[in-house]
Amino acid sequence: MTQRTSPERGVREPTTTAAAAATAVTGGIGDSARRPDGTLKVRGEFAYSSDLWHEDMLWGATLRSPHPYARILSVDLTEALRTPGVHAVLTHEDVPGENIYGLEHADQPVLAVDVVRYQGEPVAVVAADHPETAQRAAKRIRVEYEPLEPVTDMVAAARGEGPPLHPDGNVVRHLRIRKGDAEATADVMVVGEYEVGMQDQAFLGPESGLAVPAEDGGVDLYVATQWLHVDQRQVARALGLPLAKVRLTLAGVGGAFGGREDLSMQVHACMLALRTGRPVKMVYNRQESFFGHVHRHPAKIYYEHGATRDGDLVYVRAKIYLDGGAYASSTTAVVANAATLGVGPYTVDNVAIDCWGVYTNNPPCGAMRGFGAVQAAFGYESQMDELARRLGVDPVELRIRNAIAEGDTMPTGQLVDSAAPVAELLRRVKNLPLPPAVRTEPVDVRELPGGVSNTTHGEGVVRGVGYGVGIKNVCFSEGFDDYSTARLRLQVIGGEATALIHTAAAEIGQGLVTIKQQIVRSELGVERVTVQPMDTSVGNGGSTSASRQTYMTGGAVRQVCHTVRERVLRMAGRRVGRAPDGLALAGGKVVDARGEVVADLAEVLGDEAVEATEVYRHRPTHRVDPERGQGNAHVQYAFAAHRAVVDVDVELGLVRVVQLDCAQDVGRAVNPQAVLGQIHGGSAQGLGLAVMEEIQVVDGRVRNPSFTDYLIPTILDMPPMTVDVLELADPHAPYGLRGVGEPPTISSTPAIVAAIRAATGRALNRVPVRPEHITGT
Amino acid sequence: MRVTVTVNGERREADDVWEGESLLHVLRERLGLPGSKNACEQGECGSCTVLMDGLPVCACLVAAGQAQDREVRTVEGLAEGADRLAPVQEAFVEAGAVQCGFCTPGLLVAAHDLIRRAGRPSDVEIREALAGNLCRCTGYEKIMEAVRLAAARTASAELSTEDTP
Repeated sequence: MTQRTSPERGVREPTTTAAAAATAVTGGIGDSARRPDGTLKVRGEFAYSSDLWHEDMLWGATLRSPHPYARILSVDLTEALRTPGVHAVLTHEDVPGENIYGLEHADQPVLAVDVVRYQGEPVAVVAADHPETAQRAAKRIRVEYEPLEPVTDMVAAARGEGPPLHPDGNVVRHLRIRKGDAEATADVMVVGEYEVGMQDQAFLGPESGLAVPAEDGGVDLYVATQWLHVDQRQVARALGLPLAKVRLTLAGVGGAFGGREDLSMQVHACMLALRTGRPVKMVYNRQESFFGHVHRHPAKIYYEHGATRDGDLVYVRAKIYLDGGAYASSTTAVVANAATLGVGPYTVDNVAIDCWGVYTNNPPCGAMRGFGAVQAAFGYESQMDELARRLGVDPVELRIRNAIAEGDTMPTGQLVDSAAPVAELLRRVKNLPLPPAVRTEPVDVRELPGGVSNTTHGEGVVRGVGYGVGIKNVCFSEGFDDYSTARLRLQVIGGEATALIHTAAAEIGQGLVTIKQQIVRSELGVERVTVQPMDTSVGNGGSTSASRQTYMTGGAVRQVCHTVRERVLRMAGRRVGRAPDGLALAGGKVVDARGEVVADLAEVLGDEAVEATEVYRHRPTHRVDPERGQGNAHVQYAFAAHRAVVDVDVELGLVRVVQLDCAQDVGRAVNPQAVLGQIHGGSAQGLGLAVMEEIQVVDGRVRNPSFTDYLIPTILDMPPMTVDVLELADPHAPYGLRGVGEPPTISSTPAIVAAIRAATGRALNRVPVRPEHITGT
Repeated sequence: MRVTVTVNGERREADDVWEGESLLHVLRERLGLPGSKNACEQGECGSCTVLMDGLPVCACLVAAGQAQDREVRTVEGLAEGADRLAPVQEAFVEAGAVQCGFCTPGLLVAAHDLIRRAGRPSDVEIREALAGNLCRCTGYEKIMEAVRLAAARTASAELSTEDTP
């Protein structure tokens, strides 16, 4: 199937394949079914975590460290406690359980003890009857600090220089990948150094939630998160409560993009609620949000590419440094991605990659869309462009010449055992129509770099075109026991067979709620599918990250549908006196092989509810060996390619991305409209990293924690997109699908920077590209 | 202090309002209207956009006292009736312009205002008018599609109304 939409030139409707048509069910798989929460969201009635309200509730606030690294000498709560309206002021001494948590390694205190390791680290929390009172009381807590010299250089930290910030030193992980001949030589060699700035997820819904103390001594937490069960585990440990007494329900999530995989206010709100015996709501404001979640690891990358004169890659060598900041979060997995995907979607016989993830006193970094693959891709794609320039060949042709394909092996020795249409994606994106040339007269300044600032009427504006392609692993890797759970109940409600689907997998905006309904409709032939609230009363759904939920929770939903269907067909078979083998469910009926109705599903069910729970696991993965980084670490690879067209005002260094096109293989578009939404949105975040977005950190301090100074793309910055979607089924995945969310974030950044290089001739080895990098001033 | 304000056509009173509270806080926390969102609370993201006396404003930048005796319209008041959606709301759902939806209320109010003022705005006009509303999920493509769709439907609905004698 090919879908191309180019809204500003009129929308072309997606075409439907024969395969999709054969299983077509209204609102089922392959249909652009509407979101079940869409109406609530447009009416302003959808309850996000910051909208929650409870009778008698208090407001929480957090006191954070102003220093990137300091000893805490004393904490005086007297004045804070004396503030009228304050109900509790808590420090590390009040953490009921273990004062330690972390996604992969428990290395982070709930509230700081003796030392703070980053600016913004929580030191104390307050509950009061008004949010402003809580904030003011927090400011009245007197903390005496002895500032220490912060560790801020990731490369020095990797070398073991500077004081250790944690007991095991400052190297969180060093991963080596070795393939082929370490001494390989080549006709042409390209060496490059690259830097990636610290990007923020900048989800719009701030960290927030409501903790309600329960009569059993436990707590009910309503929160916006990406992974309810991993939160539950960490919160229970910190509260010293059994899991059964820490119950989490997903509140409405205003975006996440990786930034909600770690805890923020979860334990704090529960501590305050348990102490005061009253519900406590916490909502970060935007400034606090910049300190309240992990960011994308900034990177320093050194690449050396060797190739024959004909353009065949002979070797790739790289050193990749990733700054994990003060606490580990998911740094070990980010290192794995940057290293194992470090040559990009290319076949290379000789590879030597070293990747380090380190502790510093910079803001903690962890998951963000693209997760390690983004940083490497800016490096390796910049190298491919430079190599093409040196060889005097077309950069797309050079990529196609070296493109990985099904049957090839990765630098880890892993066989690529499903579709890898890298060359095809590049050809497709290159063949999409280009926008008209730079306009001369009449000029609409809104269509030029600088926009309504009226900085040019076309003079000094140069156009450039650039390409990028990337690779991403889908699902959790390296032997992680990655699974998802789905519970399904099929019963008659109001005379109609109705399915209730229950999972703990977090809906964060991507549309998993719609996908679940679509799968149930297709598998069970029932129209009415109710998505139950996501909570911890059902089994683990795993994280909404790694582009994994349609694959994993989709897989679990499919599996539980099959179990329920089997039981229902047995019931039907008994009822009509036929073997269940030849029966199927369609349109609310039980039908035979010829499609003839043999029974009404509602009649078969009668008063009975058929319920089942299933756990779905993807095929196992394995840790790579520590010496050479060899092993089948990943479940599935996903690919996208971009072409960017930019206009650059070379005198002022202003960039306008004119068009950004993408070709991506999604295996199977379960919801074509949602697939496009992921590609558009992911591409926009890549655009942000290319030309605008960076948390500026100087000496461990964040200089721009606001939307005034941290810029994300507006509707003026984001150009129209033409998207070409391929559906080449992966036989190992449910419905053949391939994870969609992350690949477009990976390749759009290098494509845009390549376009700016084409327009300006500048080397541009750092993102985001700033005006002074273009003007050289 | 007490603040009296007409919200979505209904006269509402909020008591014990602290002088530093914003209109956004009063709407969300005192009047039970959390539809207007709190993504930045510094006038940068547009998620709290409401109409005050018919003009789009960021409710986070309006002190509660400034709203005294004014007419405010929020996302909750865009639809005419509990079981209907305004054209712009319908178009956002249909076009897939809603993902996480946190920017949606502000965008709907801004887009509704644009269509009322401009009728059938060009793409450049849509982009200019919505430049103050950040969205992090959609890349804005489906938002553009939704606004075009809503504008076209609104224009044709008005045309057919004019045809009626």
